Amino acid sequence: MDASGLSVLEFSLLLALGSLLAGLLGSLSGLGGGVVIVPLLTLVFGVDIRYAIGASLLAVIATSSGAAAAYVREGYTNIRLGMFLEIATTAGALSGAVVAARLDANLIAIIFGLVLLFSAYFSLKSSRERTAKKTPDRLAARLKLDGTFPGPNGIESYSVRGVPAGFGLMYLAGVLSGLLGIGSGAVKVLAMDRAMQVPFKVSTTTSNFMIGVTAAASAGVYLHRGYLDPGLSMPIVLGVLVGATLGTKLLARGRVGVLRIVFALLVTALGLQMIVSGWRGTL
Amino acid sequence: MNQPKENGASIEIVLGRVLRLGTLISAAVIALGGAAFLVSHGGETPHYDLFHGEPADLDSVRGIVTDAVRFDPRGVIQLGMLLLVATPIARVIGALVAFAARRDVAYVVISSLVLSALLYGLLAS
Repeated sequence: MDASGLSVLEFSLLLALGSLLAGLLGSLSGLGGGVVIVPLLTLVFGVDIRYAIGASLLAVIATSSGAAAAYVREGYTNIRLGMFLEIATTAGALSGAVVAARLDANLIAIIFGLVLLFSAYFSLKSSRERTAKKTPDRLAARLKLDGTFPGPNGIESYSVRGVPAGFGLMYLAGVLSGLLGIGSGAVKVLAMDRAMQVPFKVSTTTSNFMIGVTAAASAGVYLHRGYLDPGLSMPIVLGVLVGATLGTKLLARGRVGVLRIVFALLVTALGLQMIVSGWRGTL
Repeated sequence: MNQPKENGASIEIVLGRVLRLGTLISAAVIALGGAAFLVSHGGETPHYDLFHGEPADLDSVRGIVTDAVRFDPRGVIQLGMLLLVATPIARVIGALVAFAARRDVAYVVISSLVLSALLYGLLAS
């Protein structure tokens, strides 16, 4: 489809609707709506990828802040761990945003496609909770990263490990966020859940807590480059925000197993299409 | 929140409030500017297929504020976007203040590092 022939009003309404669906599916599947905004804008609406990435960054900040407000009160979010790792993600985000300006748009599309494929694969892998008590890690203890969370049988404590590996992965998550305009939730959860052995629910909520700050670091760079278009971003931010809020409400009741698979398939298809378009240089 | 006198509870409530309020205010400003934008520019044809950059006044904090004060619709939307970007920054400042109140020097330093990366991106990059 091409945007030509549509008025600004029609175009905005279509964008708002598409973004609402992206926000809804993103929050229900746990993948975040950010990963599908750029493919939606570039492949379906024919928007230049630089505008698309800028708008997506803003949408990512909106959903992260909205959801983190709720999660942080529930006591799962590890604020110290999040703050410490944000040093890595913001540094990564600034470098990613700077690199993005120098890379060819088609190369960015190919990298984007690969990240989509990884995200889809990752979202389908089941998470497992660990309860094994381990000896405390010295670096983690020094940084007071160990925490507690409300488990099914009362408050449970956990200790954090693998701080250097987690920090390095967080830098990578930041680079991808700044380069592609996504939240990089999958890489952040991977860093905490796998490398640092943080409980899964703590990993996902802390990841969400960090996403807004990470995206805010590169949003400034995109602003100064003229990549943030108000008319384009407006329906996307509002649509995603409404969709994600609806999703969180729906998520409180009901299972989403099938939806998760459907969304993962959609993300896979979009990923392949991004790679093909980037490869052919047709984006 | 189940630990009554542990300060850990209050910081979470404060940060939660900052995030919620920031999101609501920026969404309201974006919606307001958006409505004015669609009324004045809704009938035009969009050109997002070719990158041409934004006019200089919408690329800097100062320019956006100037445009928003004149109630230029695109300026108002962009001001909402700025508030959106400022929300996580306010959250970091909130955490910085909370860590300072507890004399947690290590985390004051850590929060300051994060804050300077954010301010660099927004103001200096």
